[in-house]
Amino acid sequence: MKLWIAFWNILVKDMRTYYLKPPNISWGLIFPLAWTSMFFIKSGSGLESILTMLPGVVAVSILFGTTSLLAVTVTFEKKNRSFERLLLAPIPLEVLMLAKTSGAILFGVANAFVPVIMALFLADLSQVVWSAFVPAVFMIAVASTFLGLFIAVAVSEVFEAQTFSNFFRFPMIFLCGLFFPIEKLPVLLKPLSYVLPLTYGADVLHGAVHGGHAMPFSLDLSLLGAFCVGLFAMSLWNIKRKWIL
Amino acid sequence: MTDAIGVEGMRKCFAEVEAVSGISFSVRQGELFGFLGPNGAGKTTTINMLTGLARPNTGSIRIGGIDCTHRPRAAQHLIGVVPDESNLYPELTGFENLCFCAALHGLGKVERQGRARELLDNFGLAQALNRKFGGYSKGMKRKLTIAAGIIHKPEILFLDEPTTGIDVASARQLRQLIADLHRGGTTIFLTTHYIEEAERLCDRIAFIVSGRIVRIDTVEHLIQPIQEKHVVQITCANTLSDIEGNLSESFPELECKTIGQRVIRVEADEPVRVGPLVRFLEDHGVEVSEARRMRPSLEDIFVRITGIEADAMRKEKEKAGSGQ
Repeated sequence: MKLWIAFWNILVKDMRTYYLKPPNISWGLIFPLAWTSMFFIKSGSGLESILTMLPGVVAVSILFGTTSLLAVTVTFEKKNRSFERLLLAPIPLEVLMLAKTSGAILFGVANAFVPVIMALFLADLSQVVWSAFVPAVFMIAVASTFLGLFIAVAVSEVFEAQTFSNFFRFPMIFLCGLFFPIEKLPVLLKPLSYVLPLTYGADVLHGAVHGGHAMPFSLDLSLLGAFCVGLFAMSLWNIKRKWIL
Repeated sequence: MTDAIGVEGMRKCFAEVEAVSGISFSVRQGELFGFLGPNGAGKTTTINMLTGLARPNTGSIRIGGIDCTHRPRAAQHLIGVVPDESNLYPELTGFENLCFCAALHGLGKVERQGRARELLDNFGLAQALNRKFGGYSKGMKRKLTIAAGIIHKPEILFLDEPTTGIDVASARQLRQLIADLHRGGTTIFLTTHYIEEAERLCDRIAFIVSGRIVRIDTVEHLIQPIQEKHVVQITCANTLSDIEGNLSESFPELECKTIGQRVIRVEADEPVRVGPLVRFLEDHGVEVSEARRMRPSLEDIFVRITGIEADAMRKEKEKAGSGQ
Protein backbone atom coordinates (compact mmCIF):
# COMPACT_ATOMS: atom_id res chain seq x y z
CA MET A 1 0.00 0.00 0.00
CA LYS A 2 1.52 3.27 -1.09
CA LEU A 3 0.47 5.61 1.69
CA TRP A 4 1.81 8.70 -0.02
CA ILE A 5 -0.67 8.23 -2.89
CA ALA A 6 -3.58 8.33 -0.44
CA PHE A 7 -2.00 11.23 1.50
CA TRP A 8 -1.37 13.32 -1.62
CA ASN A 9 -4.82 12.71 -3.11
CA ILE A 10 -6.63 13.63 0.11
CA LEU A 11 -4.61 16.84 0.26
CA VAL A 12 -5.21 17.69 -3.41
CA LYS A 13 -8.93 16.89 -3.14
CA ASP A 14 -9.32 19.15 -0.09
CA MET A 15 -7.35 21.97 -1.69
CA ARG A 16 -9.52 21.82 -4.81
CA THR A 17 -12.81 21.28 -3.02
CA TYR A 18 -12.41 23.69 -0.14
CA TYR A 19 -9.33 25.88 0.09
CA LEU A 20 -8.97 27.05 -3.50
CA LYS A 21 -12.64 27.93 -3.88
CA PRO A 22 -13.09 31.67 -4.63
CA PRO A 23 -15.11 32.43 -1.44
CA ASN A 24 -12.37 30.91 0.71
CA ILE A 25 -9.58 32.68 -1.16
CA SER A 26 -11.39 35.98 -0.72
CA TRP A 27 -11.90 35.13 2.98
CA GLY A 28 -8.15 34.57 3.20
CA LEU A 29 -7.49 37.99 1.66
CA ILE A 30 -10.25 40.09 3.18
CA PHE A 31 -9.80 38.91 6.73
CA PRO A 32 -6.15 39.93 7.18
CA LEU A 33 -6.87 43.15 5.29
CA ALA A 34 -9.73 44.01 7.64
CA TRP A 35 -7.69 43.26 10.76
CA THR A 36 -4.73 45.29 9.52
CA SER A 37 -6.91 48.27 8.67
CA MET A 38 -8.80 48.06 11.95
CA PHE A 39 -5.70 48.11 14.18
CA PHE A 40 -3.91 50.60 11.98
CA ILE A 41 -6.77 53.09 12.23
CA LYS A 42 -7.31 52.39 15.93
CA SER A 43 -3.64 52.89 16.87
CA GLY A 44 -3.59 56.31 15.18
CA SER A 45 0.16 56.31 15.39
CA GLY A 46 0.97 56.29 11.70
CA LEU A 47 3.04 53.97 9.57
CA GLU A 48 5.63 53.37 12.31
CA SER A 49 3.08 51.23 14.18
CA ILE A 50 2.98 48.66 11.35
CA LEU A 51 5.95 46.71 12.66
CA THR A 52 4.43 46.37 16.13
CA MET A 53 1.04 45.34 14.71
CA LEU A 54 2.29 42.95 12.06
CA PRO A 55 2.95 39.93 14.38
CA GLY A 56 -0.56 40.15 15.84
CA VAL A 57 -2.24 40.49 12.46
CA VAL A 58 -0.22 37.58 11.04
CA ALA A 59 -1.13 35.35 14.00
CA VAL A 60 -4.82 36.29 13.91
CA SER A 61 -4.98 35.67 10.15
CA ILE A 62 -3.55 32.18 10.59
CA LEU A 63 -5.73 31.39 13.59
CA PHE A 64 -9.02 32.40 12.00
CA GLY A 65 -8.19 31.05 8.53
CA THR A 66 -7.24 27.56 9.69
CA THR A 67 -9.79 27.02 12.46
CA SER A 68 -12.74 28.32 10.41
CA LEU A 69 -12.13 26.14 7.40
CA LEU A 70 -11.01 22.98 9.14
CA ALA A 71 -13.92 23.05 11.58
CA VAL A 72 -16.28 23.33 8.62
CA THR A 73 -14.68 20.78 6.30
CA VAL A 74 -14.19 17.97 8.79
CA THR A 75 -17.56 18.50 10.51
CA PHE A 76 -19.30 18.76 7.13
CA GLU A 77 -17.73 15.54 5.84
CA LYS A 78 -18.57 13.77 9.06
CA LYS A 79 -22.16 14.98 8.84
CA ASN A 80 -22.71 13.85 5.22
CA ARG A 81 -20.87 10.59 5.94
CA SER A 82 -18.16 11.03 3.29
CA PHE A 83 -15.65 10.95 6.18
CA GLU A 84 -16.64 7.29 6.64
CA ARG A 85 -15.13 6.61 3.23
CA LEU A 86 -11.78 7.88 4.56
CA LEU A 87 -12.12 5.85 7.75
CA LEU A 88 -12.74 2.73 5.63
CA ALA A 89 -9.53 3.23 3.64
CA PRO A 90 -6.51 1.12 4.65
CA ILE A 91 -4.60 4.15 5.95
CA PRO A 92 -3.39 4.59 9.54
CA LEU A 93 -5.57 7.15 11.30
CA GLU A 94 -2.53 9.35 11.99
CA VAL A 95 -1.66 9.57 8.28
CA LEU A 96 -5.29 10.15 7.35
CA MET A 97 -5.67 13.06 9.77
CA LEU A 98 -2.32 14.57 8.77
CA ALA A 99 -3.49 14.49 5.15
CA LYS A 100 -6.80 16.04 6.15
CA THR A 101 -5.07 18.86 8.07
CA SER A 102 -2.23 19.59 5.63
CA GLY A 103 -4.49 21.65 3.37
CA ALA A 104 -5.50 23.87 6.29
CA ILE A 105 -1.85 24.29 7.36
CA LEU A 106 -0.91 25.45 3.85
CA PHE A 107 -3.95 27.75 3.80
CA GLY A 108 -2.89 29.21 7.15
CA VAL A 109 0.68 29.83 5.92
CA ALA A 110 -0.65 31.51 2.77
CA ASN A 111 -2.97 33.68 4.91
CA ALA A 112 -0.02 34.75 7.05
CA PHE A 113 1.80 36.23 4.10
CA VAL A 114 -1.11 38.44 2.97
CA PRO A 115 -0.44 41.05 5.70
CA VAL A 116 3.31 40.60 5.19
CA ILE A 117 2.97 41.47 1.49
CA MET A 118 0.79 44.44 2.36
CA ALA A 119 3.34 45.60 4.98
CA LEU A 120 6.13 45.39 2.39
CA PHE A 121 4.61 48.38 0.62
CA LEU A 122 4.16 50.44 3.78
CA ALA A 123 7.12 49.69 6.02
CA ASP A 124 10.78 48.68 6.00
CA LEU A 125 10.95 44.95 6.68
CA SER A 126 14.70 44.63 6.18
CA GLN A 127 15.23 44.08 9.92
CA VAL A 128 12.86 41.08 10.10
CA VAL A 129 14.60 37.86 11.14
CA TRP A 130 13.02 35.61 8.52
CA SER A 131 14.78 32.50 9.87
CA ALA A 132 12.64 32.85 13.00
CA PHE A 133 9.57 34.40 11.37
CA VAL A 134 8.96 31.61 8.80
CA PRO A 135 9.23 28.67 11.26
CA ALA A 136 6.97 30.59 13.67
CA VAL A 137 4.35 31.09 10.95
CA PHE A 138 4.52 27.41 10.10
CA MET A 139 4.26 26.28 13.72
CA ILE A 140 1.36 28.66 14.45
CA ALA A 141 -0.41 27.29 11.36
CA VAL A 142 0.10 23.71 12.57
CA ALA A 143 -1.03 24.50 16.13
CA SER A 144 -4.09 26.46 14.93
CA THR A 145 -5.02 23.71 12.50
CA PHE A 146 -4.79 21.07 15.19
CA LEU A 147 -6.87 23.30 17.47
CA GLY A 148 -9.44 23.44 14.62
CA LEU A 149 -9.28 19.65 14.35
CA PHE A 150 -9.74 19.26 18.10
CA ILE A 151 -12.83 21.48 17.87
CA ALA A 152 -14.16 19.72 14.75
CA VAL A 153 -14.05 16.27 16.30
CA ALA A 154 -15.60 17.48 19.53
CA VAL A 155 -18.86 18.62 17.88
CA SER A 156 -21.34 17.19 15.41
CA GLU A 157 -22.79 20.24 13.65
CA VAL A 158 -21.04 22.86 11.52
CA PHE A 159 -22.64 25.75 13.45
CA GLU A 160 -21.48 24.20 16.74
CA ALA A 161 -17.95 24.07 15.35
CA GLN A 162 -18.05 27.80 14.58
CA THR A 163 -19.45 28.69 18.00
CA PHE A 164 -16.99 26.46 19.81
CA SER A 165 -14.12 27.91 17.73
CA ASN A 166 -14.99 31.43 18.85
CA PHE A 167 -14.89 30.28 22.44
CA PHE A 168 -11.14 29.73 21.92
CA ARG A 169 -10.34 32.31 19.27
CA PHE A 170 -11.57 35.57 20.68
CA PRO A 171 -9.98 35.20 24.13
CA MET A 172 -6.72 34.29 22.36
CA ILE A 173 -6.67 37.64 20.55
CA PHE A 174 -6.51 39.43 23.90
CA LEU A 175 -4.67 36.93 26.06
CA CYS A 176 -1.79 35.81 23.82
CA GLY A 177 0.10 39.06 23.54
CA LEU A 178 -0.83 39.66 19.93
CA PHE A 179 -1.73 43.33 20.32
CA PHE A 180 -1.62 43.88 24.08
CA PRO A 181 1.52 42.89 26.01
CA ILE A 182 1.00 40.02 28.45
CA GLU A 183 2.78 42.01 31.20
CA LYS A 184 -0.05 44.56 31.10
CA LEU A 185 -2.77 41.95 31.62
CA PRO A 186 -4.45 41.66 35.05
CA VAL A 187 -2.55 39.25 37.32
CA LEU A 188 -5.43 36.76 37.34
CA LEU A 189 -5.42 36.48 33.56
CA LYS A 190 -1.68 36.09 33.09
CA PRO A 191 -1.54 32.34 33.86
CA LEU A 192 -4.22 31.79 31.19
CA SER A 193 -1.92 33.30 28.56
CA TYR A 194 0.68 30.64 29.17
CA VAL A 195 -1.69 27.75 28.55
CA LEU A 196 -2.59 29.05 25.10
CA PRO A 197 -0.33 28.02 22.20
CA LEU A 198 -0.58 31.31 20.33
CA THR A 199 1.29 33.09 23.15
CA TYR A 200 4.51 31.30 22.18
CA GLY A 201 4.00 31.80 18.44
CA ALA A 202 3.26 35.50 18.91
CA ASP A 203 6.39 35.87 21.07
CA VAL A 204 8.59 34.55 18.24
CA LEU A 205 6.83 36.76 15.69
CA HIS A 206 7.34 39.88 17.87
CA GLY A 207 10.99 38.94 18.34
CA ALA A 208 11.50 38.31 14.62
CA VAL A 209 9.81 41.52 13.48
CA HIS A 210 10.89 44.14 16.05
CA GLY A 211 12.99 42.32 18.64
CA GLY A 212 10.47 42.46 21.50
CA HIS A 213 10.29 38.84 22.67
CA ALA A 214 10.17 37.47 26.22
CA MET A 215 11.54 33.95 25.76
CA PRO A 216 14.24 32.36 23.60
CA PHE A 217 12.96 31.37 20.13
CA SER A 218 13.95 27.76 20.68
CA LEU A 219 11.87 27.52 23.86
CA ASP A 220 8.87 29.20 22.20
CA LEU A 221 9.02 26.86 19.21
CA SER A 222 9.50 23.79 21.41
CA LEU A 223 6.47 24.68 23.52
CA LEU A 224 4.46 25.35 20.37
CA GLY A 225 5.57 21.93 19.09
CA ALA A 226 4.43 20.32 22.34
CA PHE A 227 0.99 21.96 21.96
CA CYS A 228 0.80 20.60 18.37
CA VAL A 229 1.58 17.05 19.52
CA GLY A 230 -0.89 17.31 22.41
CA LEU A 231 -3.76 18.69 20.32
CA PHE A 232 -3.19 16.14 17.55
CA ALA A 233 -3.05 13.24 20.02
CA MET A 234 -6.23 14.42 21.77
CA SER A 235 -8.02 14.75 18.43
CA LEU A 236 -7.02 11.22 17.41
CA TRP A 237 -8.16 9.89 20.76
CA ASN A 238 -11.49 11.67 20.32
CA ILE A 239 -11.94 10.29 16.80
CA LYS A 240 -11.29 6.74 17.98
CA ARG A 241 -13.63 7.20 20.92
CA LYS A 242 -16.46 9.08 19.21
CA TRP A 243 -16.33 8.15 15.52
CA ILE A 244 -15.23 4.51 15.69
CA LEU A 245 -17.87 3.64 18.23
CA MET B 1 -10.03 -23.10 3.35
CA THR B 2 -10.24 -20.09 5.75
CA ASP B 3 -13.64 -18.43 6.05
CA ALA B 4 -13.83 -14.98 4.51
CA ILE B 5 -15.66 -13.73 7.60
CA GLY B 6 -15.80 -15.40 10.99
CA VAL B 7 -17.82 -13.94 13.86
CA GLU B 8 -18.02 -15.43 17.34
CA GLY B 9 -20.26 -14.09 20.12
CA MET B 10 -20.24 -10.52 18.75
CA ARG B 11 -22.18 -8.13 20.95
CA LYS B 12 -22.73 -4.38 20.78
CA CYS B 13 -24.53 -2.08 23.18
CA PHE B 14 -25.33 1.62 22.85
CA ALA B 15 -25.93 2.92 26.37
CA GLU B 16 -28.71 0.66 27.72
CA VAL B 17 -29.73 -0.71 24.32
CA GLU B 18 -28.28 -4.00 23.13
CA ALA B 19 -28.15 -3.56 19.34
CA VAL B 20 -26.44 -6.87 18.58
CA SER B 21 -26.74 -9.73 21.06
CA GLY B 22 -23.78 -12.09 20.86
CA ILE B 23 -24.20 -13.32 17.29
CA SER B 24 -22.01 -15.97 15.64
CA PHE B 25 -21.76 -16.87 11.99
CA SER B 26 -19.26 -17.42 9.21
CA VAL B 27 -19.18 -16.54 5.53
CA ARG B 28 -17.26 -18.82 3.18
CA GLN B 29 -14.91 -17.52 0.53
CA GLY B 30 -16.74 -16.67 -2.69
CA GLU B 31 -20.12 -16.93 -0.99
CA LEU B 32 -22.97 -14.45 -1.38
CA PHE B 33 -24.32 -14.22 2.16
CA GLY B 34 -27.61 -12.46 2.84
CA PHE B 35 -28.39 -10.72 6.12
CA LEU B 36 -32.11 -10.11 6.43
CA GLY B 37 -34.07 -8.32 9.07
CA PRO B 38 -36.45 -5.46 9.78
CA ASN B 39 -35.42 -1.89 10.60
CA GLY B 40 -33.44 -1.70 13.81
CA ALA B 41 -32.64 -5.42 13.80
CA GLY B 42 -28.89 -4.73 13.98
CA LYS B 43 -27.89 -5.16 10.34
CA THR B 44 -26.01 -1.88 9.91
CA THR B 45 -24.42 -2.14 13.36
CA THR B 46 -23.16 -5.60 12.36
CA ILE B 47 -21.72 -4.25 9.09
CA ASN B 48 -20.11 -1.34 10.94
CA MET B 49 -18.39 -3.76 13.32
CA LEU B 50 -17.23 -6.00 10.47
CA THR B 51 -15.84 -3.07 8.48
CA GLY B 52 -14.07 -1.33 11.35
CA LEU B 53 -16.46 1.59 11.86
CA ALA B 54 -17.53 0.25 15.24
CA ARG B 55 -15.99 -1.87 17.97
CA PRO B 56 -17.84 -4.82 19.47
CA ASN B 57 -18.23 -4.88 23.25
CA THR B 58 -17.48 -8.58 23.32
CA GLY B 59 -16.82 -11.37 20.85
CA SER B 60 -14.34 -11.88 18.05
CA ILE B 61 -14.19 -10.95 14.36
CA ARG B 62 -11.91 -12.45 11.72
CA ILE B 63 -11.84 -10.98 8.24
CA GLY B 64 -9.85 -12.93 5.66
CA GLY B 65 -8.10 -14.74 8.50
CA ILE B 66 -7.05 -11.47 10.19
CA ASP B 67 -8.14 -11.03 13.80
CA CYS B 68 -9.90 -7.65 13.85
CA THR B 69 -11.24 -7.93 17.38
CA HIS B 70 -8.88 -5.42 18.95
CA ARG B 71 -7.71 -3.74 15.73
CA PRO B 72 -11.00 -2.99 13.95
CA ARG B 73 -9.23 -1.44 10.94
CA ALA B 74 -6.67 -4.21 10.44
CA ALA B 75 -8.28 -5.88 7.42
CA GLN B 76 -9.39 -2.86 5.48
CA HIS B 77 -7.16 -3.62 2.51
CA LEU B 78 -9.27 -6.75 1.90
CA ILE B 79 -12.70 -5.20 1.98
CA GLY B 80 -14.93 -2.91 -0.04
CA VAL B 81 -17.95 -1.24 1.51
CA VAL B 82 -21.09 0.12 -0.10
CA PRO B 83 -23.05 1.95 2.62
CA ASP B 84 -26.82 2.23 2.72
CA GLU B 85 -26.58 5.89 1.70
CA SER B 86 -24.40 7.17 -1.12
CA ASN B 87 -21.51 8.98 0.53
CA LEU B 88 -19.36 10.11 -2.36
CA TYR B 89 -18.36 13.74 -2.88
CA PRO B 90 -21.14 15.76 -4.57
CA GLU B 91 -18.75 18.40 -5.88
CA LEU B 92 -16.51 15.87 -7.68
CA THR B 93 -17.44 14.26 -11.00
CA GLY B 94 -18.18 10.54 -11.23
CA PHE B 95 -14.74 9.93 -12.72
CA GLU B 96 -12.97 12.02 -10.06
CA ASN B 97 -14.85 10.25 -7.28
CA LEU B 98 -13.77 6.84 -8.53
CA CYS B 99 -10.16 7.97 -9.03
CA PHE B 100 -10.12 9.42 -5.50
CA CYS B 101 -11.49 6.21 -3.97
CA ALA B 102 -8.87 4.20 -5.89
CA ALA B 103 -6.14 6.54 -4.63
CA LEU B 104 -7.26 5.90 -1.04
CA HIS B 105 -6.30 2.28 -1.68
CA GLY B 106 -2.91 3.24 -3.11
CA LEU B 107 -3.58 2.67 -6.82
CA GLY B 108 -1.27 4.62 -9.14
CA LYS B 109 -2.59 7.27 -11.52
CA VAL B 110 -2.62 5.20 -14.74
CA GLU B 111 -4.13 2.17 -13.00
CA ARG B 112 -6.86 4.12 -11.20
CA GLN B 113 -7.90 6.08 -14.29
CA GLY B 114 -8.08 2.90 -16.36
CA ARG B 115 -10.09 1.12 -13.66
CA ALA B 116 -12.44 4.10 -13.25
CA ARG B 117 -13.17 4.19 -16.99
CA GLU B 118 -13.71 0.42 -17.05
CA LEU B 119 -16.20 0.56 -14.17
CA LEU B 120 -18.06 3.58 -15.53
CA ASP B 121 -18.41 1.64 -18.76
CA ASN B 122 -19.55 -1.57 -17.04
CA PHE B 123 -22.08 0.30 -14.91
CA GLY B 124 -23.50 2.22 -17.87
CA LEU B 125 -22.26 5.56 -16.53
CA ALA B 126 -19.70 6.38 -19.23
CA GLN B 127 -21.89 9.21 -20.52
CA ALA B 128 -21.93 10.83 -17.08
CA LEU B 129 -18.24 10.52 -16.21
CA ASN B 130 -17.65 14.28 -16.26
CA ARG B 131 -20.90 15.18 -14.55
CA LYS B 132 -20.80 16.12 -10.86
CA PHE B 133 -21.97 13.37 -8.51
CA GLY B 134 -24.44 15.79 -6.88
CA GLY B 135 -26.32 15.97 -10.19
CA TYR B 136 -26.71 12.19 -10.59
CA SER B 137 -30.09 10.46 -10.24
CA LYS B 138 -30.63 8.16 -7.24
CA GLY B 139 -30.05 5.04 -9.33
CA MET B 140 -26.86 6.47 -10.85
CA LYS B 141 -25.64 7.42 -7.37
CA ARG B 142 -26.14 3.86 -6.12
CA LYS B 143 -24.31 2.45 -9.14
CA LEU B 144 -21.36 4.82 -8.69
CA THR B 145 -21.26 4.05 -4.95
CA ILE B 146 -21.03 0.35 -5.76
CA ALA B 147 -18.35 1.07 -8.37
CA ALA B 148 -16.41 3.03 -5.71
CA GLY B 149 -16.70 0.04 -3.36
CA ILE B 150 -15.09 -2.34 -5.85
CA ILE B 151 -12.58 -0.03 -7.56
CA HIS B 152 -9.69 -1.66 -5.68
CA LYS B 153 -10.96 -5.20 -6.45
CA PRO B 154 -11.68 -6.20 -2.84
CA GLU B 155 -11.84 -9.86 -1.84
CA ILE B 156 -14.86 -9.19 0.37
CA LEU B 157 -17.63 -6.73 -0.46
CA PHE B 158 -20.15 -5.42 2.06
CA LEU B 159 -23.37 -4.19 0.46
CA ASP B 160 -25.80 -2.43 2.79
CA GLU B 161 -29.29 -2.23 1.25
CA PRO B 162 -27.98 -1.68 -2.29
CA THR B 163 -31.34 -1.39 -4.06
CA THR B 164 -33.35 0.60 -1.52
CA GLY B 165 -35.16 3.62 -2.91
CA ILE B 166 -34.23 3.25 -6.57
CA ASP B 167 -36.39 2.57 -9.61
CA VAL B 168 -37.17 -0.96 -10.81
CA ALA B 169 -34.93 -0.84 -13.87
CA SER B 170 -31.90 0.39 -11.88
CA ALA B 171 -32.54 -2.18 -9.13
CA ARG B 172 -32.64 -4.92 -11.75
CA GLN B 173 -29.35 -3.71 -13.26
CA LEU B 174 -27.76 -3.59 -9.81
CA ARG B 175 -28.87 -7.15 -9.04
CA GLN B 176 -27.26 -8.26 -12.28
CA LEU B 177 -24.05 -6.45 -11.33
CA ILE B 178 -24.05 -8.11 -7.91
CA ALA B 179 -24.60 -11.53 -9.50
CA ASP B 180 -21.70 -10.85 -11.91
CA LEU B 181 -19.40 -9.88 -9.05
CA HIS B 182 -20.36 -13.07 -7.22
CA ARG B 183 -19.66 -15.16 -10.31
CA GLY B 184 -16.27 -13.44 -10.51
CA GLY B 185 -15.38 -14.89 -7.09
CA THR B 186 -15.95 -11.90 -4.79
CA THR B 187 -17.30 -12.79 -1.34
CA ILE B 188 -20.39 -10.66 -0.78
CA PHE B 189 -22.11 -9.79 2.49
CA LEU B 190 -25.48 -8.35 1.53
CA THR B 191 -28.04 -6.78 3.82
CA THR B 192 -31.46 -6.18 2.36
CA HIS B 193 -35.09 -6.03 3.35
CA TYR B 194 -36.19 -7.23 -0.11
CA ILE B 195 -36.66 -10.91 0.61
CA GLU B 196 -37.17 -11.88 -3.03
CA GLU B 197 -33.86 -10.14 -3.81
CA ALA B 198 -32.06 -12.21 -1.19
CA GLU B 199 -33.79 -15.37 -2.43
CA ARG B 200 -32.70 -14.71 -5.99
CA LEU B 201 -29.09 -13.73 -5.24
CA CYS B 202 -27.87 -15.37 -2.05
CA ASP B 203 -26.24 -18.74 -1.39
CA ARG B 204 -27.00 -18.59 2.34
CA ILE B 205 -29.15 -16.32 4.43
CA ALA B 206 -29.23 -15.26 8.07
CA PHE B 207 -32.41 -13.80 9.58
CA ILE B 208 -31.69 -11.24 12.27
CA VAL B 209 -34.39 -9.90 14.59
CA SER B 210 -33.77 -7.62 17.60
CA GLY B 211 -30.03 -8.18 17.42
CA ARG B 212 -30.27 -12.00 17.38
CA ILE B 213 -29.76 -14.35 14.48
CA VAL B 214 -32.83 -16.55 14.47
CA ARG B 215 -31.91 -18.78 11.54
CA ILE B 216 -29.03 -19.34 9.08
CA ASP B 217 -29.22 -21.71 6.15
CA THR B 218 -29.03 -22.06 2.39
CA VAL B 219 -32.01 -20.76 0.45
CA GLU B 220 -32.88 -24.35 -0.63
CA HIS B 221 -32.86 -25.64 2.94
CA LEU B 222 -34.88 -22.69 4.19
CA ILE B 223 -37.59 -23.16 1.58
CA GLN B 224 -37.68 -26.97 1.71
CA PRO B 225 -40.28 -27.34 4.52
CA ILE B 226 -42.84 -25.31 2.57
CA GLN B 227 -41.85 -26.42 -0.93
CA GLU B 228 -44.70 -28.95 -0.99
CA LYS B 229 -47.28 -26.44 0.22
CA HIS B 230 -50.01 -25.11 -2.08
CA VAL B 231 -50.74 -21.43 -1.65
CA VAL B 232 -53.57 -19.27 -2.98
CA GLN B 233 -53.78 -15.53 -2.40
CA ILE B 234 -57.19 -13.89 -2.68
CA THR B 235 -57.48 -10.14 -3.07
CA CYS B 236 -60.83 -8.58 -2.20
CA ALA B 237 -62.40 -5.33 -3.35
CA ASN B 238 -64.00 -4.55 -0.01
CA THR B 239 -62.69 -4.61 3.53
CA LEU B 240 -62.67 -7.98 5.31
CA SER B 241 -64.13 -8.42 8.77
CA ASP B 242 -64.10 -11.63 10.84
CA ILE B 243 -63.97 -13.81 7.73
CA GLU B 244 -60.88 -15.73 8.84
CA GLY B 245 -62.80 -17.72 11.50
CA ASN B 246 -65.70 -18.55 9.16
CA LEU B 247 -63.27 -19.79 6.51
CA SER B 248 -61.40 -22.01 8.96
CA GLU B 249 -64.67 -23.53 10.17
CA SER B 250 -65.96 -24.25 6.67
CA PHE B 251 -62.62 -25.37 5.21
CA PRO B 252 -60.80 -27.10 8.09
CA GLU B 253 -58.22 -28.62 5.69
CA LEU B 254 -57.06 -25.10 4.73
CA GLU B 255 -54.88 -22.75 6.71
CA CYS B 256 -56.41 -19.29 6.16
CA LYS B 257 -54.91 -15.99 7.22
CA THR B 258 -55.91 -12.42 6.45
CA ILE B 259 -53.10 -10.05 5.50
CA GLY B 260 -54.03 -6.44 5.96
CA GLN B 261 -57.65 -5.58 5.24
CA ARG B 262 -58.16 -6.96 1.75
CA VAL B 263 -55.96 -10.04 1.27
CA ILE B 264 -56.55 -13.64 2.37
CA ARG B 265 -53.73 -16.15 2.16
CA VAL B 266 -54.66 -19.81 2.00
CA GLU B 267 -52.19 -22.67 2.49
CA ALA B 268 -52.78 -26.41 2.21
CA ASP B 269 -50.92 -29.68 1.78
CA GLU B 270 -53.16 -30.59 -1.18
CA PRO B 271 -53.97 -28.42 -4.23
CA VAL B 272 -56.49 -25.72 -3.23
CA ARG B 273 -59.80 -25.62 -5.14
CA VAL B 274 -60.37 -21.93 -5.73
CA GLY B 275 -64.03 -22.08 -6.92
CA PRO B 276 -65.66 -23.10 -3.59
CA LEU B 277 -63.54 -20.58 -1.74
CA VAL B 278 -64.58 -17.67 -3.97
CA ARG B 279 -68.23 -18.75 -3.84
CA PHE B 280 -68.06 -18.92 -0.03
CA LEU B 281 -66.56 -15.46 0.20
CA GLU B 282 -69.11 -13.96 -2.19
CA ASP B 283 -71.93 -15.58 -0.19
CA HIS B 284 -70.53 -13.72 2.83
CA GLY B 285 -70.63 -10.38 1.04
CA VAL B 286 -66.96 -10.29 0.07
CA GLU B 287 -66.26 -9.10 -3.45
CA VAL B 288 -63.30 -11.06 -4.82
CA SER B 289 -61.18 -9.13 -7.31
CA GLU B 290 -58.38 -11.66 -7.78
CA ALA B 291 -57.42 -15.19 -6.76
CA ARG B 292 -53.89 -16.29 -7.56
CA ARG B 293 -51.94 -19.51 -7.03
CA MET B 294 -48.59 -18.62 -5.44
CA ARG B 295 -45.25 -20.40 -5.35
CA PRO B 296 -44.16 -20.75 -1.70
CA SER B 297 -41.25 -18.39 -1.21
CA LEU B 298 -38.58 -17.37 1.26
CA GLU B 299 -40.94 -14.60 2.33
CA ASP B 300 -43.27 -17.25 3.82
CA ILE B 301 -40.39 -18.69 5.81
CA PHE B 302 -39.31 -15.25 6.94
CA VAL B 303 -42.81 -14.45 8.18
CA ARG B 304 -43.06 -17.85 9.88
CA ILE B 305 -39.70 -17.53 11.64
CA THR B 306 -39.74 -13.87 12.58
CA GLY B 307 -43.46 -13.18 12.82
CA ILE B 308 -42.86 -10.00 10.81
CA GLU B 309 -44.83 -9.34 7.65
CA ALA B 310 -42.33 -8.79 4.84
CA ASP B 311 -44.56 -6.24 3.18
CA ALA B 312 -44.79 -4.18 6.37
CA MET B 313 -40.99 -4.34 6.72
CA ARG B 314 -40.49 -3.16 3.15
CA LYS B 315 -42.92 -0.27 3.51
CA GLU B 316 -41.36 0.78 6.80
CA LYS B 317 -37.90 0.82 5.22
CA GLU B 318 -39.03 2.70 2.14
CA LYS B 319 -40.81 5.26 4.32
CA ALA B 320 -37.63 5.70 6.36
CA GLY B 321 -35.61 5.97 3.15
CA SER B 322 -37.85 8.62 1.60
CA GLY B 323 -37.79 10.61 4.78
CA GLN B 324 -34.04 10.96 4.72
